Amino acid sequence: MDFLIFKAPMLMVQASLDGILLGILFALIAYGMALQWGVMNIINIAQGDLVILGGYIAYTMYLAGIHPAWGVIVAPIIMYFVGVLLYKLVINKVVDRDLFISILATFGIAIVFQQLMNFVFGADVVVAQSEYGTTMLFDNSVTLPNSKIFSAFISVLYAVALVVYMKKSRLGRAIRATAQNARAAKILGVDTEKVYAATFGINAALCGIAGALISITLTLHPYVGLPYTVRSFMIVIVAGLGNLPAVAISGMGLGLFEEFADYILGTEFRIGAVFMLLVFILVYRRFKLSKKREYLK
Amino acid sequence: MNKLVKLFTIFISAITLTLASISSSFAKVEGEYIVLGSAISLTGKYSSNGVHTQNGYNMAVERINKMGGVKVGGKSYKFEIIYYDDESNPKRAAQLAERLIKQDGVHYMLGPYSSGLTKAIAPVTEKYKIPMVEANGASRSLFTKGYKYLFAVLSPANQYLEVAIDLAVEKNGGKPVKIAQAFEQDAFSQDVRLGILDAAKRTGSTIIIDDKLPKELNDMAATLAKVKAVKPDVLVVSGHTKGALTAIRQISEMKVDVPMLAMTHCDAAKLSKQHGKKSEYALCASQWHKNLSYKDKFFGSGKKYDKDFKKEFGYAPPYQSAESSAALLVFKDAFERANSFDRDKVRDALKTTEMQTFYGNIKFGPGGQNVAKPMILFQVRCKGDVCENKVVAPTKWASDKFYHPIPKWSERS
Repeated sequence: MDFLIFKAPMLMVQASLDGILLGILFALIAYGMALQWGVMNIINIAQGDLVILGGYIAYTMYLAGIHPAWGVIVAPIIMYFVGVLLYKLVINKVVDRDLFISILATFGIAIVFQQLMNFVFGADVVVAQSEYGTTMLFDNSVTLPNSKIFSAFISVLYAVALVVYMKKSRLGRAIRATAQNARAAKILGVDTEKVYAATFGINAALCGIAGALISITLTLHPYVGLPYTVRSFMIVIVAGLGNLPAVAISGMGLGLFEEFADYILGTEFRIGAVFMLLVFILVYRRFKLSKKREYLK
Repeated sequence: MNKLVKLFTIFISAITLTLASISSSFAKVEGEYIVLGSAISLTGKYSSNGVHTQNGYNMAVERINKMGGVKVGGKSYKFEIIYYDDESNPKRAAQLAERLIKQDGVHYMLGPYSSGLTKAIAPVTEKYKIPMVEANGASRSLFTKGYKYLFAVLSPANQYLEVAIDLAVEKNGGKPVKIAQAFEQDAFSQDVRLGILDAAKRTGSTIIIDDKLPKELNDMAATLAKVKAVKPDVLVVSGHTKGALTAIRQISEMKVDVPMLAMTHCDAAKLSKQHGKKSEYALCASQWHKNLSYKDKFFGSGKKYDKDFKKEFGYAPPYQSAESSAALLVFKDAFERANSFDRDKVRDALKTTEMQTFYGNIKFGPGGQNVAKPMILFQVRCKGDVCENKVVAPTKWASDKFYHPIPKWSERS
């Protein structure tokens, strides 16, 4: 029974496609995390809660009679300003400080966000309906929800747009310069304060997009942010900072790993397996670093 | 300045002390009021159901007080409830229970929302020998610990979906069925699972998928892909509201065809509203439905309760509210039969409760669980785009015929 997946090849296809589509979505969230981690050296525990807030924006639109898919345009705009505001209120005080302080600060933000969302949107689990239907493959034995395909497509689209933006635009160059050496960038006339605010805003916007996509593919609840934080943390740890292709690949890898862990180890170990993998990777990295005598930036 | 601060501190402590001494004189009965205490989730993850519970309590208090109150020793008393917000946190709930008993001097308790919180409070009420009537803790483990002061008006969790398996066997011409099941790993859902295991054993049915869902899970595509591959006769899912919503979303998106789908928490999840037609034919366990024919003199029938509740609070009462209201009726009945405010006499009276309320018959078993009321099953049925929950089992109250098997997705519009 446990190894049903090896008896039915179509299950393998189904699991792989499910995993990859989900992984692309995780990669988008992780990319935001990698970006602000790289630029500001901040690990944002509130990442998942920003995602859920984005989801609630799409859900509110759905309640108002607007198709929730428009959330992928509206949510990032709102979330950008939420991000900038957060930066001005809290984050600017913890940039350049000890990593531990930033973890504490963002942990606090996460709690405040959860309670606020609970207060405003209620503690019920909610879903938004996209009515996108289903794609059937291989004589109906593999089914893919179109909403998942849509969300993977949108994620890729935004990720590509962001890469181009980072390469070509003035702000993108300033962000990359600040990431490489904040002091030097400052001397050369980059307003690092502005760069930080924009980076945090962009991260929040990416979370907003992911949240809007989650509202039509999965479910929303004020307290489900943390698993998204953990997954993106994990992807970034594997991929390293500032390496988009690696983030994308490790995102898909994680999605696949989760699906296969579900079939082989059992559903109850699905999330546990992710945590185990995280521990394993951290230990492995540490081992490798101690050999090379380098330091992790 | 410093003096001023000192003076202020003294002033504040004086006030606190007086308040404390006043509140400790607030014993079981204050003037014409019988004071009950309850820790309830007004914030945090259970807040919506916590509010349903509180509304149920308040509705019953108001109704009983208006209709003559509780008669003890020839005198008429009114109910009053002290509430504290437990923030959906078991530790906090236990602290608040202690506070209600020790500081506020409460001698009778009403339960909180959810099995987990009831489990946290029960040892406290037991320690101080405080009778507690609870309406929202269904976990079987609450009734196997030998608690003497705990009484639950609802059916225990293992009974939630047992009927569904019997129904599946009946539809299969009395032959055993193949069951696929997915349950969240929490006290309540695992109890529901135990009930299914019992029913499977009793009917000789086999369980071909037995997945345990982690509590963070919001994607069960893998479980459903397995279900698609092995084609069971019945699929059982229990994972609170998140489980119900996720299951319906992914079953409809992945076009999983099963002849029968049984779940819990459909009404709490507002399935028929959130998922509309996609949730049609889902079979749901419920403690109560307004169409049942139980009656009492305070609320009349279930239908009347539904109407009055809607008028008072602006929404249809979920079963969490109905069972909470019933808890107050049980207390009233026990006080009057005990004809005393002695805690042990009240407890003994509770123990021999045998009554009918609009919510159902109530009689407590040795563990404190209600043994007189069966669970009911309703099925989501849609007319056009409007979906409703129709009672289909047990047959005594069925308003509609159970639709079986569920039509294939390719045949559904």
